Amino acid sequence: MQGDQVNQLLAAGDGGSSGGLHFPPIESLLEWPGFLFEGNTFLELNKVGVIYLFAMVAPLVIFTLAIRKSALVPRGVQTVAESSVGFVRENVVMQTMGPDGMKFMPFLLSLFFFIFFANITEVIPFIQFPANSRMAAPAFLAILVWVVFNAVGIKSQGFFSYFKNTVIPPGVPGALLPLVAVIEFVSTFLVRPFSLAVRLFANMLAGHLLLVTFAVLCENLWAKNILVSIIWAPFVVLIGLTGFEILVAFLQAFIFTILTAVYIGGALHPEH
Amino acid sequence: MIDLLAQADTAVDGLKAVGAGLGYGLAAIGPGVGIGLVVGNAITAMARQPESAGMVRTTMFLGIAFTEALALIGFVVFILLNFA
Repeated sequence: MQGDQVNQLLAAGDGGSSGGLHFPPIESLLEWPGFLFEGNTFLELNKVGVIYLFAMVAPLVIFTLAIRKSALVPRGVQTVAESSVGFVRENVVMQTMGPDGMKFMPFLLSLFFFIFFANITEVIPFIQFPANSRMAAPAFLAILVWVVFNAVGIKSQGFFSYFKNTVIPPGVPGALLPLVAVIEFVSTFLVRPFSLAVRLFANMLAGHLLLVTFAVLCENLWAKNILVSIIWAPFVVLIGLTGFEILVAFLQAFIFTILTAVYIGGALHPEH
Repeated sequence: MIDLLAQADTAVDGLKAVGAGLGYGLAAIGPGVGIGLVVGNAITAMARQPESAGMVRTTMFLGIAFTEALALIGFVVFILLNFA
């Protein structure tokens, strides 16, 4: 019985186009057709756009509901709002900037919630697409962060001293100074936004492709109705990876936020 | 002549695929070792001083994020070579 099935699988694999595993082309996993205002470049709305709108509206709804029925002892949605604010305050702002970074709290909290809700759609059934696996929004957020931390540095230290403090780290011997200055300039002003955007984008894209791979494997084994005894293997991995991707969605939002806080903190207080 | 050109085209495609696979594999070695070092040392630090666990954890995530960036750039290069 088992041997027959293995032979069937091998025969199907040899038979060319009728058998074997068909992985969908990557365009069909990432590109969604518009369904509203089609043909209009600026207003056209597709699944990615809807997910971004959801990521924008969801935190608004959560915090509005939390404020409207605020009680001394938090219940329900107020607990979620308060504990997330406390989490960002304790783990992001206080760890990297100290008390005088509290004025950046709204910015960081918005970033965290927007990225988190755009990521978590990766594992929500029937949506199952992380909006941040398209490069546009991570790139825009990285540019926004770049503008903010440079503006903060220029405002708190003045243009020339900010530039000098950033490019010339203290305590560098004179002979190494040109080399170090070039490296610092490139790493601060060019690599920072690039790596910030690529980190978020590539993590979400990799997670999406992983989930798709195992879902395709499950579906193929199920449809061909062969080797029923091993069909649970990709399914178990798929379930496990779904849990892992929830962690990744949270972690990437956290890392983006904390790196933003570190960059702003570095611009706020120069190293001595 | 056209035959030769077509063959060269397929060869280039094959080389791209080989390069993409090798590139991603090579790009993953360093960050793999690096993340192991970061997390291992963070766990040592937390075990020695449990009261500083919060600070160590934050710094650990920062270290992971910086180390991981290299592997992710390798992954992006893989995607670009294979699909773009």
